[in-house]
Amino acid sequence: MEYSLYLIPLFPLVGFLINGLFIGKLNKKFVSFIACGAVGLSFFYSAHLFFELLSLPAEARAIEEILFVWIPSGQFNVNIGFLLDPLSIIMVMVVTGVSFLIHIYSIGYMHDDPGFSRYFTYLNLFVFSMLILVLANNYLLMFVGWEGVGLCSYLLIGFWFEKKSASDAGKKAFIVNRIGDFGFLLGLFIIFWQVGSLDFATVFEKAPAMFAVGGTLITAATLLLFLGATGKSAQIPLFVWLPDAMEGPTPVSALIHAATMVTAGVYMIARSNVLYMMAPTTLAVVAIVGMATAFFAGTIALAQNDIKRVLAYSTVSQLGYMFVACGVAAFGAGIFHLMTHSFFKALLFLGSGSVIHAMAGQQDMRYMGGLKKHLPATYWTFMVGTLAIAGIPLFSGFFSKDEILWKAFSSQYGSTWLWVFGVAAAAMTAFYMFRLVYLTFYGEGRMDSHAKEHLHESPKVMTIPLMLLAVLSIVGGYVGIPHVLGGINYFENFLEPVLHAGQNLPVATHVLTSGSYSTGTELLLMASSVILVLLSIILAWYLYRKNTDLSGKLRTSMSGLHKLLLGKYFVDELYGAVIIRPIVNGSLFLWKIVDVFLIDGLINGLAVVIGDISTGLRTVQTGRLRTYATIFLAGVVVLLLFVLLR
Amino acid sequence: MIVPIEHYLILSALLFAIGAGGVIISRNLIIIFMSIELMLNAANLSIIAFSLMHNLMDGHVLVFIVMTVAAAEAAVGLAIIIMVYRKRDTINADKFNLMKR
Repeated sequence: MEYSLYLIPLFPLVGFLINGLFIGKLNKKFVSFIACGAVGLSFFYSAHLFFELLSLPAEARAIEEILFVWIPSGQFNVNIGFLLDPLSIIMVMVVTGVSFLIHIYSIGYMHDDPGFSRYFTYLNLFVFSMLILVLANNYLLMFVGWEGVGLCSYLLIGFWFEKKSASDAGKKAFIVNRIGDFGFLLGLFIIFWQVGSLDFATVFEKAPAMFAVGGTLITAATLLLFLGATGKSAQIPLFVWLPDAMEGPTPVSALIHAATMVTAGVYMIARSNVLYMMAPTTLAVVAIVGMATAFFAGTIALAQNDIKRVLAYSTVSQLGYMFVACGVAAFGAGIFHLMTHSFFKALLFLGSGSVIHAMAGQQDMRYMGGLKKHLPATYWTFMVGTLAIAGIPLFSGFFSKDEILWKAFSSQYGSTWLWVFGVAAAAMTAFYMFRLVYLTFYGEGRMDSHAKEHLHESPKVMTIPLMLLAVLSIVGGYVGIPHVLGGINYFENFLEPVLHAGQNLPVATHVLTSGSYSTGTELLLMASSVILVLLSIILAWYLYRKNTDLSGKLRTSMSGLHKLLLGKYFVDELYGAVIIRPIVNGSLFLWKIVDVFLIDGLINGLAVVIGDISTGLRTVQTGRLRTYATIFLAGVVVLLLFVLLR
Repeated sequence: MIVPIEHYLILSALLFAIGAGGVIISRNLIIIFMSIELMLNAANLSIIAFSLMHNLMDGHVLVFIVMTVAAAEAAVGLAIIIMVYRKRDTINADKFNLMKR
């Protein structure tokens, strides 16, 4: 049966071409109609395919369609082909669905921007690249999408390029991502070298035979792929670009830097689960890096004052959770959190966008407060998102986060320490999110009177996407209710065929479920994390609502720690001193000494010497006919004498 | 009376030297041109002399060819000189020093 998978990325591509080729010639209504329509069509078509996929038996849910051969070159053959299976359909649905809502929201948010059509052009190109990334049936095409989203991320972070900080942030994001991409490419080289193919199906089928389990090669390949993931998904050590990426328009932060692109690393690891299951060392690295990121980014978020930066570090922290899930071989839980996170984090970002819109561009929470009565729709939806991310029961974040914590504790790759840090990070999440809410929506307004008059609720085109996302943030978790709470964990069962292969490898003979633990343990852990979260919410309430002087006192009494957190552990400064400055100095040396002095000096010196000699020789050329004739004659005479007198 | 070969050759050498001197000394293009003709004829003279000495007719034929070529060359050469004069209003060879630059 023909499913025409190519239609999904085709719609945004057409939208990109129409808006991009006639940029500046179309009116705003038409531009937004084309852009939203393209993504909307993609969404509805992928929803249709989702139901088609559901109607198939579970084993047959992998549709591969090859459009044409892309690179036929000896043994190296790559197709432009698409693969639709439970994993990619979830990604496609999340990407197109969230993008659709954000596109609509952007009509309102970007309404007065002179770069309106440029914005939507980039946005459609981004959706196209992202769909290529998640639909590709081989690593190379995935890499094309991977680079495509990186490009769009650069373009959109630097969207307001007249601002120096924005264009700098764009460059930073691109360069940091390049570091990850080189790891990704090297990983692909190793895979191709060993397996001789980059097709997902072939690689995963042959890998167990081609690689020694736990061997150096597979560990190196997966670690290199993970380096790519740390770049794209903003993990330690390459997370520094994401907070700066907040220079872009807020819907962009919601779309690219919260809901879709940054999850590409998690998707890639889940897709490569067969390879990762064969490299236990890499799994441990992934879990530790993920947990370290979740924890440290959480602590940084505690002290930030910029509303978007809090959310940015929160995103880094939540992505860390997803990597923890992948690292303990609970890929399904990682993808589950990816989905719920993209709902509530997109909601939170769009909500903060609505706040910033109302505050006329002010992003510093110290000048906000009391917005609850001015922005009721924003407030209520934002509250839902906050409850979801904090992991309050009955909201989506609770189910996915708890699933990860449980797997971090119970999986054979997990450990108690992972759980402890995970719960600590969850408590911090609740704290900084409620701090944000109290500072922004409660208390007295701290803005000046001029800004106060300007306060207004955002238009419907912005609030309706917020409401839809709020609904998704509530119900999104119910597809994955765990067994212990009486559910059937439908979500992970749905993903099972994709993740099945990896879990049936010889290394992973123990079934990765809660086998050896009683349901009582699971309920106890769940309850304790919820209680900790509630306690930290109460703490936030006490510090930022009830007794606001105390938070100031705490800040002064622990000013060293506060500075450390506010300065984001000075990682940027550290990278600046350890990596960037030596490179800059080395480049300066190469430029001023080697290039200008040595190479240019050598070349120019040679040219000067030759020029001087030529000037001397030029005097021979008098330009007078008779001189030439004389010399000519003299030459003949000399030659004759030479011949005759020899 | 048979003129000895040396006399022919001495005359030829003198004619050649006069021609070469004319080319070197003179500034007038026409005179330079005539001097070149003189050198050609000096060569002709020595060819004829050797031809006589060896009692061969080849030299005579060669001289006729040279004279024919010289006539043709004179026509072309004079035409060039006329064109140069029209262009530059002079036939002073020292004025033609474009190569100097």
